[in-house]
Amino acid sequence: MNEMPTKTNEALQKARAIVTGYRGKPLRIMEVCGTHTHEIFRLGLRQLLPADLTLISGPGCPVCVTPVRFIDEALYLALQCHVTICTFGDLVRVPGTKQDLGAARAQGARVQIVYTPLDAVSYAREHPAEDVAFLAVGFETTTPAACLAVKRAEALGLTNFTLLTANKTMDAAYLAMSGSCDAYLYPGHVCAITGTKKLAALTSQGISGVVAGFTASELLTALAVIVEKSRQGQPFFVNGYPRVVTEAGSPAAQKLVQTYMEPCDAEWRGLGTMKASGLALRPAFARFDARKRYEIPDLDSQANPACRCGEILQGKCLPTECPLYGKLCTPEHPVGACMVSREGACSAYYQYAAL
Amino acid sequence: MSDTDTITLAHGAGGRQTAALIDNVFARHFRNPEFTSDDAAILPLGNTRAAFTTDGFIVSPWRFPGGNIGKLSICGTVNDLACMGAVPRYLSCAFQIEEGFAMEDLQAIAAAMAKTAAEAGVRIVAGDTKVAGRGQVDHIFITTTGIGEVLAGAEPSGSRARPGDAVIVTGDIGRHGCAILLAREDFGIEAEVTSDCAPLSGMVRQLFDAVADRKAIHTVRDATRGGVGTVLYEIARESRVGVRLKAAAIPVQPAVKGVCGMLGLEPLYLACEGRLVILAPQDIAPQLLTTLREDPRGRDAAIIGCITDDPVGSIIVETELGTQTLLPEPGGELLPRIC
Repeated sequence: MNEMPTKTNEALQKARAIVTGYRGKPLRIMEVCGTHTHEIFRLGLRQLLPADLTLISGPGCPVCVTPVRFIDEALYLALQCHVTICTFGDLVRVPGTKQDLGAARAQGARVQIVYTPLDAVSYAREHPAEDVAFLAVGFETTTPAACLAVKRAEALGLTNFTLLTANKTMDAAYLAMSGSCDAYLYPGHVCAITGTKKLAALTSQGISGVVAGFTASELLTALAVIVEKSRQGQPFFVNGYPRVVTEAGSPAAQKLVQTYMEPCDAEWRGLGTMKASGLALRPAFARFDARKRYEIPDLDSQANPACRCGEILQGKCLPTECPLYGKLCTPEHPVGACMVSREGACSAYYQYAAL
Repeated sequence: MSDTDTITLAHGAGGRQTAALIDNVFARHFRNPEFTSDDAAILPLGNTRAAFTTDGFIVSPWRFPGGNIGKLSICGTVNDLACMGAVPRYLSCAFQIEEGFAMEDLQAIAAAMAKTAAEAGVRIVAGDTKVAGRGQVDHIFITTTGIGEVLAGAEPSGSRARPGDAVIVTGDIGRHGCAILLAREDFGIEAEVTSDCAPLSGMVRQLFDAVADRKAIHTVRDATRGGVGTVLYEIARESRVGVRLKAAAIPVQPAVKGVCGMLGLEPLYLACEGRLVILAPQDIAPQLLTTLREDPRGRDAAIIGCITDDPVGSIIVETELGTQTLLPEPGGELLPRIC
């Protein structure tokens, strides 16, 4: 039932030989997609890498890059403004400065787990007596759905629905992290939305990378292309996932985002604030913006000082080098965001602990 | 919100927290010589041994592609008895029904129970009905209790796995969990997946009759809540052995694989309701496979790995790249209310 087609198998074997046989200038390759991080662990891909090739898990998981301040803002909405919080499940367990949303829920705050932003709109419609805020986190893949939720709320004439936005775009991160790696394994799903034009243009700033899919064969092929291209010494861009990713991306999704949102400076956990790296609702939709509507003040947010999530996200240290890892910080009781999501680097390290 | 202070959904997920709950609460209070960690207790009754078990069903939605809560409530208990090498004989059932539940739907559930019981060769001989006010039960909950006669010489147990045993699954895995997930329509994913929900007592009987020495079948477990992965972790702990699986040998329907890929789920942790994990020495494994494949419910039976003596308590997966990884242990609520 799981026999691989011969052609794929040949491609895989060829790519594998190139990757495992690499000797030369040490290459650091950063993956910036949570699904890549998880698949690389699941496949045991690192075991195949020669000494001169290193894979770094970058800021690819939306939960991991969400700053403590954002959780504190959500807690403020839930506890001070009595707003019902609708959120993806993972965020409930991300610690804020004093507590997480799960603890707030135990104290009586209303926290609803939803699977899509549209579920939050449905909840708001069914509960007209409650104010409802959806925690909009995520990259280019999830932002269109958040915009769609605003569009739906607008069409329904809802006055009790808002977004607390922490949406981010990857472009700024590619530039900010370029000193930490020699090439990127660009995220296949994100690129399917954004297209590849901007990535190709990054080569003029010396940034290299290959768009990768998610199967063993696609991941190994992308690594093989990076190895081969790196030998040539010039910045490069290759779309290694053409069956899904095109140069133009998804114009419909892009248009939706442009209609409702505009770039803003955004704080990334561990990386600080990066210019124009986030998305916020345009002024015309301010009534759907939870920060404006509930006048959330500037909160004095602080992460656990011992947590090294920030350095881990930049590939500057391994999860196992964090003093909290596996002791105070485990998937069941996370201290840092990277231990919360299955796609977080710390969680992946913990779950696939060394044999 | 600590999981030692209050009950969380994770306590019902069949994984580590469930085991801890049983140890810290139920085993602590109930412990006695017959108290079991297997699927059913084995009780001496006259000259024979009886297998005795009970199971509650709260699946949501109560109707799903491939069955309904009625069919599931018979399969669950019948299969638990079969896993002890028993021939299921009698069942009782208790209903908790929400005020306002449609009579027509209750008829459909009862009809499915009768049909499945007939298929499994058991009789439903006693019952209880409670009706709860609106909102106090989600449509309908069913609890079934069953008793069966253990086949002479059969002693399958989660603590009898031995290094060298082959790990057999009786078909493609993860379909029930996947079907329920899709039936909830939370994800907006359209895929054709039917629950594997089926009574397996007939097939297990054939299996025990196919071997010269019934003791040679070391372990039989139904891979319900928590799926094949959770069952293997339980066995690894109870028998103090390790497990080695070959990813390429694990049968998974392409649609199930696709849904898992989209949602980041591991098929090994998705529930089955018509699949067994069987452990037996390598030399009789081919014969067992042949017997299983003669039954339509075991048509896709496969050897997916073996039991090892090291590392104890762990499951190692040989990936499609030939590398070896540890199968991450399940934790927390994967999917609540699947059975």
